[in-house]
Amino acid sequence: MTIRGKAHIAGAYEHPDRKIPDKSVAQVHAEVALGALADAGLSLSDVDAYFCAGDAPGFGALSMADYLGLKRLRYTDSTETGGSSYLAHAGHAAAAIAQGKCRIALITLAGLPRSQRPHRASASQLAPEAAFEQPFGPTTVSMYALAARRHMHEYGTTSAQLAAIKVAASQHAQHNPHAMLPTPVTVEEVLDSPMISDPLHRLDCCVISDGGGALVVVAPEVASELPRQTVKVLGHGESPKLAANGRIDLTHTGAVWSGPRAFEEAGVTQGDIDYVSIYDSFTITVLQTIEDLGFCAKGKGGAFVADGSLLAPHGSLPFNTDGGGLCNNHPANRGGMTKVIEAVRQLRGEANGPVQVPDCEIALAHGNGGSLGTRSHAATLILGREDA
Amino acid sequence: MSTEQAGPLPAPAPAVNPETREFWAATAEGRLLLKRCLDCGSVIWYPRAICPECSSLRTEWFAASGRGRVYSYTVNHRGEGAYRDAAPFVLAYVELDEGPRMMTNIVEADPTGLAVGMPVEVTFHDTGDDSALPRFRPS
Repeated sequence: MTIRGKAHIAGAYEHPDRKIPDKSVAQVHAEVALGALADAGLSLSDVDAYFCAGDAPGFGALSMADYLGLKRLRYTDSTETGGSSYLAHAGHAAAAIAQGKCRIALITLAGLPRSQRPHRASASQLAPEAAFEQPFGPTTVSMYALAARRHMHEYGTTSAQLAAIKVAASQHAQHNPHAMLPTPVTVEEVLDSPMISDPLHRLDCCVISDGGGALVVVAPEVASELPRQTVKVLGHGESPKLAANGRIDLTHTGAVWSGPRAFEEAGVTQGDIDYVSIYDSFTITVLQTIEDLGFCAKGKGGAFVADGSLLAPHGSLPFNTDGGGLCNNHPANRGGMTKVIEAVRQLRGEANGPVQVPDCEIALAHGNGGSLGTRSHAATLILGREDA
Repeated sequence: MSTEQAGPLPAPAPAVNPETREFWAATAEGRLLLKRCLDCGSVIWYPRAICPECSSLRTEWFAASGRGRVYSYTVNHRGEGAYRDAAPFVLAYVELDEGPRMMTNIVEADPTGLAVGMPVEVTFHDTGDDSALPRFRPS
């Protein structure tokens, strides 16, 4: 059974704020829920399926479902795969809708890492691997730096090539009035920014922002009755990529497995993709993902991105036209939700004018959760314009 | 192999449980143990009761050579938690001669002189809690 065309994204909403000092996390979940439902022309009372991940406060999906007053739920899913969760949720929602388990699914994300003190999840300290990693002082940046170093060693990738990814994102962000970092930067500025964990500089890293986002996924018969243009779910694939009994390979992501699954289900190939949202926690995340999804040969990502390929609207693979996590927004330290939202904007023709891809018919959104340096999870979603 | 004071790097104590007690007890004596699967022969990392290659529950501890090569490394300039004041320090994966790649720190080396593939040997830094962290230095 395939989900191709059996579910539509009818609503998408990104919280406009990047610093939210005076609200609770649950409150921001509610704001983005209402925003996405309003975008779809629906209300909370229509929702019969609810999806959220580890950023949602409380017990799985139950606390937020109770908070929101969702009274008609017959399907919940609190799959937690970090930043890729929301792409997985969209795929799971489409599958549940295709099977008749529900008709109107709400997916929410929110977090306030910029305003609230970061807290270390106690669950991660209880993980079986924790004693063999945490005592050595790994940080999020340093684990991606390990991946970048190894990729450089094996393929000759350079810091200037990685910087080209940030440069392209910044070119796009200047057209986004909500972007946290709207000023274009140069390769030299990236290389001159402080070294955080070498070879990654500060400007190789995504922003830390408050915020959130939400999606509404509906059955085709619901979509056909809504006033707004919807987006068709064409394919979905996901895969964990694990530390593999200590034989971890730091040069690729789980996209090598999630990508082919999504392409097969969608019945399209790389050449059919008009726009991509690629999770950009760090520049190296984008580089490895582009290779792993087959947009260029393995190890050739550096030359590919340095050639201006990622620039919208006319590059060969326009990416992250909202500025991405590198420049726009990285709510709850999880970039998957905003990746889907910008892909929906592109397919509706509602991206910011200068970066709208002409005649954008098929888009790919990709999320990566966890850490490239240890265990990660990849989720790929392929979406089509309503008439695709 | 030997056990010594940590020098400038902190040596936070790992959480020890029945599954890993023997490993950490050995580190306090300056010995690096690995697990081997008695059915498929796979060398297992991180240590656990089940073989992730063949699902066997029959495993045994054995003494590692303590030698390996740098698989990847980074000089971290922004430590967190116990490492808040430790930067710059080197986080690395070392590929042991026995096969597994383990997360660790490279010590007793000029960070600017490190290279992927560099041969290293284990050294132990006492946590003060009946365990020691296996770190590596150029060999």
